[in-house]
Amino acid sequence: MKRLVCALLIFAGIGVPASRVEAAVLDQVKTKGFLQCGVSQGIPGFSAPDDKGNWTGLDVDLCRAIAAAIFNDPTKVKFSPLSAKDRFTALQSGEIDVLSRNTTWTLSRDTSLGLNFTGVIYYDGQGFMVRQDKKVNSALELSSASVCTQTGTTTELNVADFFRSRKMKYEIIAFATADETVKAYDSGRCDVFTTDVSQLNAEKLKLAKPADHIILPEIISKEPLGPVVRQGDEQWFDIVKWTLYAMINAEEMGVTSKNVAEMTKSPNPEIKRLLGTEGKFGEALGLPNDWAVRIVKHIGNYGEIFDRNVGAGSKLGIDRGLNRLWSKGGLQYAPPIR
Amino acid sequence: MSEIADAGRRKGRSLLDNPRLRAILVQSLLLIAIASLAWMLIGNVRTNLASRNIASGFGFFDVTAGFAISQTLIPYEESSTYGRAFVVGLLNTLLVSAIGIVLATVLGFAVGVARLSSNMLLSRLAGAYVEILRNLPLLFQILFWYLAVLGTLPGPRQSLSLAGEIFLNNRGVFVPKPLFAAGSGAVALAVVAGSALAIILAIWARRRRLATGKIIATGWITLALVLVPPAVTFVIMGAPLSFERPELKGFNFDGGLRVVPEFLALLFALVTYTAAYIAEIVRAGILAIPRGQTEAAYSLGLRRGLTLRLVVVPQAMRVIVPPLTSQYLNLIKNSSLAAAIGYPDFFYVFAGTTLNQTGQAIEIIAITMAVYLAISLVTSALMNWYNRRLALRER
Repeated sequence: MKRLVCALLIFAGIGVPASRVEAAVLDQVKTKGFLQCGVSQGIPGFSAPDDKGNWTGLDVDLCRAIAAAIFNDPTKVKFSPLSAKDRFTALQSGEIDVLSRNTTWTLSRDTSLGLNFTGVIYYDGQGFMVRQDKKVNSALELSSASVCTQTGTTTELNVADFFRSRKMKYEIIAFATADETVKAYDSGRCDVFTTDVSQLNAEKLKLAKPADHIILPEIISKEPLGPVVRQGDEQWFDIVKWTLYAMINAEEMGVTSKNVAEMTKSPNPEIKRLLGTEGKFGEALGLPNDWAVRIVKHIGNYGEIFDRNVGAGSKLGIDRGLNRLWSKGGLQYAPPIR
Repeated sequence: MSEIADAGRRKGRSLLDNPRLRAILVQSLLLIAIASLAWMLIGNVRTNLASRNIASGFGFFDVTAGFAISQTLIPYEESSTYGRAFVVGLLNTLLVSAIGIVLATVLGFAVGVARLSSNMLLSRLAGAYVEILRNLPLLFQILFWYLAVLGTLPGPRQSLSLAGEIFLNNRGVFVPKPLFAAGSGAVALAVVAGSALAIILAIWARRRRLATGKIIATGWITLALVLVPPAVTFVIMGAPLSFERPELKGFNFDGGLRVVPEFLALLFALVTYTAAYIAEIVRAGILAIPRGQTEAAYSLGLRRGLTLRLVVVPQAMRVIVPPLTSQYLNLIKNSSLAAAIGYPDFFYVFAGTTLNQTGQAIEIIAITMAVYLAISLVTSALMNWYNRRLALRER
């Protein structure tokens, strides 16, 4: 009988409505002393462990920048590698504080998952990769092809739209992880491998003979990739959003990781506001006033992280393209700090 | 004095003194407690989902799915609903499970009997089969069949072909598809009629054997009954059957019937893996029959094959069927490993893609649990019914 009473009490505990007044994410992060960041299981250039086991990449640097802003220490991040399929559940359940895993911003994800996208770190689009010996020059010649992709992505839906609207026959084989997809494509199970162009460039490096494959010129979709947070904590939403904006603004103003110390003495009022020598913009976010200095000093500005991870300074060598600053003909634009 | 007091007490507490009534009372209280607890949990989940702005409910079943599925037994397009995708996935799971169970049983019985063979080579081979297959992880075996065996087949242009009709390549197996013209209904009818006659003959022969002890050789007559009427009808109706041949068009073969490599890899892995366990169950079942039974059969003049078929196996089945049921259930549940190689089974289509596109984890996981539970319970109900039929009847 005693045991039964015990069991009932335990069940009653589960049944108590979970209170909505949860501690703010910023306070939770400060208390536990590190940021828990959801990343991919390994996409070179975006989030992948290097040969020493350190996570590197564009998405990883965003998390390190948030940690730098909070703790003045970019190493206070723990990474959770997630498959495309599991990423939202991990964020919804509170297992991670921020999801930075080349995730496309769409209306349904923004509305029905209880999540918010904070901005766009990389403007991408979906493309196709084929073997050179198939002698295909355009995606429009792909009729009757077998297409490999990853399940749980917008890619899976875009490719269906593309072939359906052109009345082209195709067969899709969707795998749970990126590695399985690439392996199946490499073994010849599929004629075509499709995903975001940035990722095609990254996965190409994993193929047995990268030079035998080409990426077709067509871009069939808009894939704005950005970090995601849970709804209901506006302060945390603002911190993640402005971390990215600070890096974009820094590039626009010419503040880099190398010159940031001198720049704090700059008479330019815009730079003074960014670097916290004028005004109390950091405090408004719940961070110290030198938050942007910490970000740029440890991580760099947007141009630096792009170049280092995916751009000319990396193995991928992707052109800036749409990701140039707005002032240079691209789409990267951050609201002003004032 | 004390008698009166006892009587009074008995009268006052008569309701609770009745153990039957008391048991019902306690159990219904417990049931009410569990039901209200479940109700509370569901309400709690709903409020919490709503306050977190996460969509809930079952409305998504009518929403356009938008994704394609590589193997569909019923018509399905990208513009079909999630509800239809659910059925497509379910049928794919049932297909691989049903074929898998039949083949695993056949292979398992063969290996199990072979392991007991007096032929050293045969029994050692069967032993090695069981030990190797049973001791490697199933996921590994699925990937082995998919990547190492089927993945190394040539591309569509260099297909291996059998008589120019059947093609084998890394996109699957392509066979000619039968097209039934008018008049094939009559042939089908002839098949049914012939088979029905053969069954009636078998029943009659058995009754007669039981009544008189005379064995009637029905083999050839049965074969004729099954084959001759359809063949004659086929010729009379003017051969109402043609074949659509698979042809290389663009990247792939077009037309014909196709079996995708994901299905084959999953089926091979499930069959060979489960058969190893079934072989052990069969061997145990046969060894459980006392040696005296076999000796008695031999001394009655039965040959080895007949002894096995008429004396040993029917008794061994009583030992074999209960653990066999759980192997069947394992095979059905293991089929959900399909996700690793992209075979669109129920788990992959519904608890994978659909879950991801709709984001409604709680509803979809609950439905998935209910579906697997239902499949398993039906299977085990069928096997229990079969087991009761086999059970020793005491007379």
